[in-house]
Amino acid sequence: MEHFLLRHRDIPDIGKLETYLKHGGFETFKKALTSMKPQQLIDEVKNSGLRGRGGAGFPAGMKWSFIPNNIWPHYVVCNADESEPGTFKDREIMEKNPFQLLEGVALTCYANSANEGYIYLRGEFYQIRNFLDQCIKELETAGFLGKNLFGTDYSLKIKTHLGAGAYICGEETALLESIEGKRGQPRVRPPFPAVVGLYGKPTVINNVETLTNVPLIIERGAEWYRSMGTEKSPGMKVFSLSGNINKPGNYELPLGTTFRELIFTQGGGLPEGRKVKGIMPAGASSSIIRVDDETFDKVMDTPMDYENVQNVGSLLGSASVIVIDDSHDMDWVIHKTIHFFKHESCGKCTPCRDGNYWMMKIVDRIQDGEAVAEDLTLLKSVADQMYGKCLCALGDFSTMAVTSALERFPEDFEKKVTA
Amino acid sequence: MSLKEKYTEEVNAIFEKYPIKRSAVMPLLYLAQRELGYISKTSMAEIADMLELDTTEVASIVGFYTLYHDEKAGKYRMQVCTDISCALRGADKFLHELCDNIGVKVGETTPDGLITIEEVKCLAGCDHAPMFQLQEGDKITYHEDMTVDKTLELIEALKAAQKEDK
Repeated sequence: MEHFLLRHRDIPDIGKLETYLKHGGFETFKKALTSMKPQQLIDEVKNSGLRGRGGAGFPAGMKWSFIPNNIWPHYVVCNADESEPGTFKDREIMEKNPFQLLEGVALTCYANSANEGYIYLRGEFYQIRNFLDQCIKELETAGFLGKNLFGTDYSLKIKTHLGAGAYICGEETALLESIEGKRGQPRVRPPFPAVVGLYGKPTVINNVETLTNVPLIIERGAEWYRSMGTEKSPGMKVFSLSGNINKPGNYELPLGTTFRELIFTQGGGLPEGRKVKGIMPAGASSSIIRVDDETFDKVMDTPMDYENVQNVGSLLGSASVIVIDDSHDMDWVIHKTIHFFKHESCGKCTPCRDGNYWMMKIVDRIQDGEAVAEDLTLLKSVADQMYGKCLCALGDFSTMAVTSALERFPEDFEKKVTA
Repeated sequence: MSLKEKYTEEVNAIFEKYPIKRSAVMPLLYLAQRELGYISKTSMAEIADMLELDTTEVASIVGFYTLYHDEKAGKYRMQVCTDISCALRGADKFLHELCDNIGVKVGETTPDGLITIEEVKCLAGCDHAPMFQLQEGDKITYHEDMTVDKTLELIEALKAAQKEDK
């Protein structure tokens, strides 16, 4: 199958500007600047049905249409903070197909009448930041970025900003705080970033993978894009497959591909003939899907798109599919996820900061064999009291694995506690 | 020597990059960490001064982000991911065996001051577990599909390079 996002798998040198240009790179950007109005780009992306690939699945074109045209300047920010456990797709795109992302950022800037675009990378992506800086320099030298591009009056600058290790900065308002030189803590909304964003100005924030789709949509049109994927979830998606799987890695497949296709056909199944016990389709933020003899076929035949994953009690999120085999107990799994969220909670709102602390105390007791039956009720109660009461999605997400594990895998917990 | 004197060109470039001064805080903190591997109180005060912030405010940013440090450690921080995806592929076992082999616990530094072993959260290298990053000052490199033997070889190479430097 042809790759549209992981194009380096078909054209190994696409990460070099020369090769990218040879394959039509930046022709779309030139065409847009010289013959299209920004609104035409917004309409095309809107019609394509492209949904945000960072996890929320919000329609990208609609996000762009919220930007007011009476407050200036506008900013575009690319979210390259990729930190959800189990997610490593944006990293591969930036390392191997950087110019398609940069053309996507450039087109999105033009569509939203922004003359400055920021790429916010997690601090661990230090080497990728250096690489992107180099790519940006090459584009400036080649005349694809800078002042009065292609003889028009449009000018564009793209800059990178390196974070320093904080999962919460993937939350878009925390990310903006971080660029502004503050602790990365989410803002109270409204106002939304579309109106009051970076430096208080209207700002579009999109994920790396979302923006990498944009050049294709503008070049080939919304109708072509809609020929892939499903009606409500069009297009291709990069699925990050990890955990107990023979061939972990990124797989670019149409949205709506089944779990069976990803896990068994592409991923080569589980090592040592193990059985699937649970699936976390949205990384550590997932409700854990229970897989047993009874539910196996139903789960495996479920199409992975924003709607259908809900039918098996979870969400697609950023499509970071973690496979858990039957040698693991779910109390251990949530011990891992809670320690993650406890570490990453930004501390701004009480339910998340304190809730994760208390959940951690309880899962530690369970792991250490010191828990009593009441601890399970207490754990569920803390999770329930957090859910829906936090300032941002991190708090809610931290309870997903806990609540689903307790409900769907009670036997794993009951054997660890004393009456 | 102050940061401004030591890295004049870089400091100027950082200030030119952003429309407001305060946005310079993160890149400046990386500069401050470059040589010592941690950010001294003097550097925090200097950065605060340049940005017209309280030193406490700058210190709170250092404390918030995990890649900034305010205490001395080994020349390299070997940061092993043991989060869920890596753990499913044996990261906990890898970390423990590694610690046993080099004779330090998580959080400790080798007696020669070369390596501090740390346990960290997801690094987006889940398909190449076990994996870790090496943080040296303001630089980071990834090391993926690791085994204890490969890691010990790497440590030997780092030791040899250190001796040559001296």
